Amino acid sequence: MVLIAIAAIRLRDLFAVVILFGVYSLMTAVLFMDLDAVDVAFTEAAVGAGVTTVLMLSTLHLTGRWERRPRHSPMLSLLVVTVTGAALIYGTLDAPRLGDPEAPVHQHVAPRYLEQGPTEVGMPNLVTAVLASYRGYDTFGETVVIFTAGVAVLLLLGIREGPQTKAGRSAIGDQIVLRVVVKALLPLILLYGLYVQFHGDFGAGGGFQAGVIFATGFVLYDLVFGEGDARLVVPPRWLHRLAALGVLLYGGVGLWSLFDGKAFLDYSALAHDPVHGQHLGVLLVELGVGITVFSIVLAIFFALSGRGRRA
Amino acid sequence: MSNLPGLYNYWIAVCLMMAGFYIVISHGNLVKKLVGLALFQTSVFIFYISLGKVADGDAPIVTPGVTLYSNPLPHVLILTAIVVGVATTAVGLALVVRIYEAYGSVEEDEIQVLDGADDDANEGTTSLEETPEADRQ
Amino acid sequence: MSLLDHFPVLVVLLPLMAAPLCVLIDRPRLAWALSLAVSWLSLAVAASLLFQVLGSGPISYRLGGWPPPWGIEYRIDLLSAYVLLIVSAIAAVVMVFAYHSVAAEIAADRIARFYAALLLVLAGLLGIVATGDAFNVFVFLEISSLASYAVISMGRDRRALHAAFQYLVMGTIGATFILIGIGFLYMMTGTLNMQDLADRLPAVSDTRTVRVGFAFLTVGIGLKLALFPLHLWLPNAYAYAPSAVTAFLAATATKVAVYVLLRFLLEIFGADFSLRAMPLDLILILLGLAGALSASLVAVFQEDIKRMLAYSSVAQIGYMVLGIGLASPTGISAAMLHLFNHALMKGALFLALGAVAYRIGSVALRDLAGLGRRMPWSMAAIVLGGLSLIGVPPTAGFVSKWYLVLGSLEQGLWPVALLILLGSLLAVVYIWKLVETAYFKEPQTAPVAVREAPLSMLIPVWILVAANLYFGLHTEISVGVARQSTVQLLGVAG
Repeated sequence: MVLIAIAAIRLRDLFAVVILFGVYSLMTAVLFMDLDAVDVAFTEAAVGAGVTTVLMLSTLHLTGRWERRPRHSPMLSLLVVTVTGAALIYGTLDAPRLGDPEAPVHQHVAPRYLEQGPTEVGMPNLVTAVLASYRGYDTFGETVVIFTAGVAVLLLLGIREGPQTKAGRSAIGDQIVLRVVVKALLPLILLYGLYVQFHGDFGAGGGFQAGVIFATGFVLYDLVFGEGDARLVVPPRWLHRLAALGVLLYGGVGLWSLFDGKAFLDYSALAHDPVHGQHLGVLLVELGVGITVFSIVLAIFFALSGRGRRA
Repeated sequence: MSNLPGLYNYWIAVCLMMAGFYIVISHGNLVKKLVGLALFQTSVFIFYISLGKVADGDAPIVTPGVTLYSNPLPHVLILTAIVVGVATTAVGLALVVRIYEAYGSVEEDEIQVLDGADDDANEGTTSLEETPEADRQ
Repeated sequence: MSLLDHFPVLVVLLPLMAAPLCVLIDRPRLAWALSLAVSWLSLAVAASLLFQVLGSGPISYRLGGWPPPWGIEYRIDLLSAYVLLIVSAIAAVVMVFAYHSVAAEIAADRIARFYAALLLVLAGLLGIVATGDAFNVFVFLEISSLASYAVISMGRDRRALHAAFQYLVMGTIGATFILIGIGFLYMMTGTLNMQDLADRLPAVSDTRTVRVGFAFLTVGIGLKLALFPLHLWLPNAYAYAPSAVTAFLAATATKVAVYVLLRFLLEIFGADFSLRAMPLDLILILLGLAGALSASLVAVFQEDIKRMLAYSSVAQIGYMVLGIGLASPTGISAAMLHLFNHALMKGALFLALGAVAYRIGSVALRDLAGLGRRMPWSMAAIVLGGLSLIGVPPTAGFVSKWYLVLGSLEQGLWPVALLILLGSLLAVVYIWKLVETAYFKEPQTAPVAVREAPLSMLIPVWILVAANLYFGLHTEISVGVARQSTVQLLGVAG
């Protein structure tokens, strides 16, 4: 991985740099698996290696592939980086060793999640339990961050109304094999997305990952079959409204409990049995996350790729 | 990798962070800056996830027969941070596209030259001010 | 729980939920009306929170019903209530102003989304102030930052794009540093709740890990704060952003960063650790002074008034940091006072400047010639705001400068006091340049008919100008609250 990072510094072919970044993300995801973080690995693979890379490539398509040789001498930056890095290494000297079960991180706060989580929130995937319930407000914030990014990109690039190019003219040309494969894969991808969406409380996954997978399905379709078709199914001018609805769904669940006399996002207000309420709440907010993420990722992709085809 | 003793994992993460940080502050190409930023952030995620690891622990999904789990909290934090990271990258890329359309370049120093020209055009006088774009680089 | 108990979260939720609504309805006028209503409601809620806190002490709100440190806690004490009030008040005033200004500067089909982004900035800033959880700070910081990159880039000049990009890179580095810092603290304590952190840190404060975490947090916040010498992103971002955005951000964003600095330094780490065990007090005094003087000096040579005032903002941040560095109750309360007063004066100045830009389409110094007679009310507001910036009695700016000088004399640092006065002299120079052009120079070109700005702009401007005068004469409210919150902060820490 260090090698990849160094290669990324040296190379001036931005296309290669972006692909290297994708590989790097994938390796990070593998590392996360090894460190027991399956949910994070899943997300990193989908986001870092998938979404980020695709978006960066779309941008490169517009702005050109080659970087010019830097003119400044890199000494000052090198100095800043060395000092910062040395400070970080210095800081880790007193840190608990990797995997030490006695570390404060494992002694405080976390034990309750591990011990009471399954009974209090009632779902085996503790990451989902912490994510959507104990720290559900952070996740609400995260949904808003994605929504903000969507608003920002649409402010910058505008929304393109309707299909502008003829359907059937695709970005990578006509390739029959690819078309057949994608047609066969698409239902599977969407099905898998649904599975991930509603299965997040048992296994790895959840609204965020599902949203990304769903969007990926459409991006793929768009790449292979031309933009017209994909845009007929989900018109760009409705995507950001869909995203807004997702955020409102999440917030609405919170407000429901608020008006029921409980704290904001206290899901136990949703049903008579608190654990049942938790379950329902988590399901609903994950749906909100999924909808928002799906529509924003797709909207951003449309906005970036739309620019390119007009130019 | 996780079986290696001690602080090794943190140090790798630090090296990667600094590689990303270096790209951000030393390179003039705006797209490359964003790649560096993403690299920087991803490496911080590795650092966090390393925190949550318990030796011989298992993924924090309750399974019968497993008693030792890794800490789920860092995982949750990093899920959020990944999302923040991709959101930042997306906004940055959109800005790059607009910059390219407005300036015809994505190289920092070329843009600065054009900015300087704009300043002079606006003020009609050779200004006394130092160029504020002189960045930290 | 009654509705009153939900106020800590409602103050943030109102703008947060209104933002998607704005996108959903996508009608410029409706979006504006909604933003206006929501920001005034937030203001009312914040005011009521301040009275609650003054009456019965800090309020804790458990999000999701989980007790801290397992769940996320909202914690409103005097300092946060005070900053919530400032931020929401400025937002409420700016929203009134925005109607004409935004309609003139932003393309019609993007206005609804623009207001949504503005509300997200507001919600993010309020969220940072209200929360009692360190990681939640990071999340809301990113909400407000991402939205502010977008609104800054909406300026008409293409340089706005470049400025927004630079801000994005710097801001993200800052946020990532903060993330690293929080990670180090979490590593040593196992908690993210601020109160819990404050309880558990002293036991491990002597480790290298905590010290490095502290350093990264300080540098990260410093970047967001535009602390000298990390301020280079700020002047361009403020200079090219749309008028309403500049006024709003200049009066709130850096103030919230100062708040975060205060919160981390004094409450979480404790004054003993951050200002005495670490040599930060000296560093803050030096950087504060260097920032105040150098930025004031640069401001003198600016031909673009928006950029001149942006440099002056960097200088004012220097004064606040200097106050914190003095590490005495007087110094710290002077910093808080200046935070409050600076929001008022920069709000007034940038809004008045926005009114000028609305009528003459420029903020270059030479285009202002003779404007004193043609836009008397706007220019008078700029003059009064400028007096407050210099620190002339009886304006609000005088009060905070006074306490700052008092604080440095208390510590026997009379050179510092002298340098503060020197900074004020520089402010006299650049404000005078402005006054001279507006009142004593004839316009170079044949005068076109320029009318005074519409009332919907003048009223917000003059509300802020009046506040400048009011808080200059009636110091008991602002000074009282600042002093009390200092005691609370140092009390908790000590």
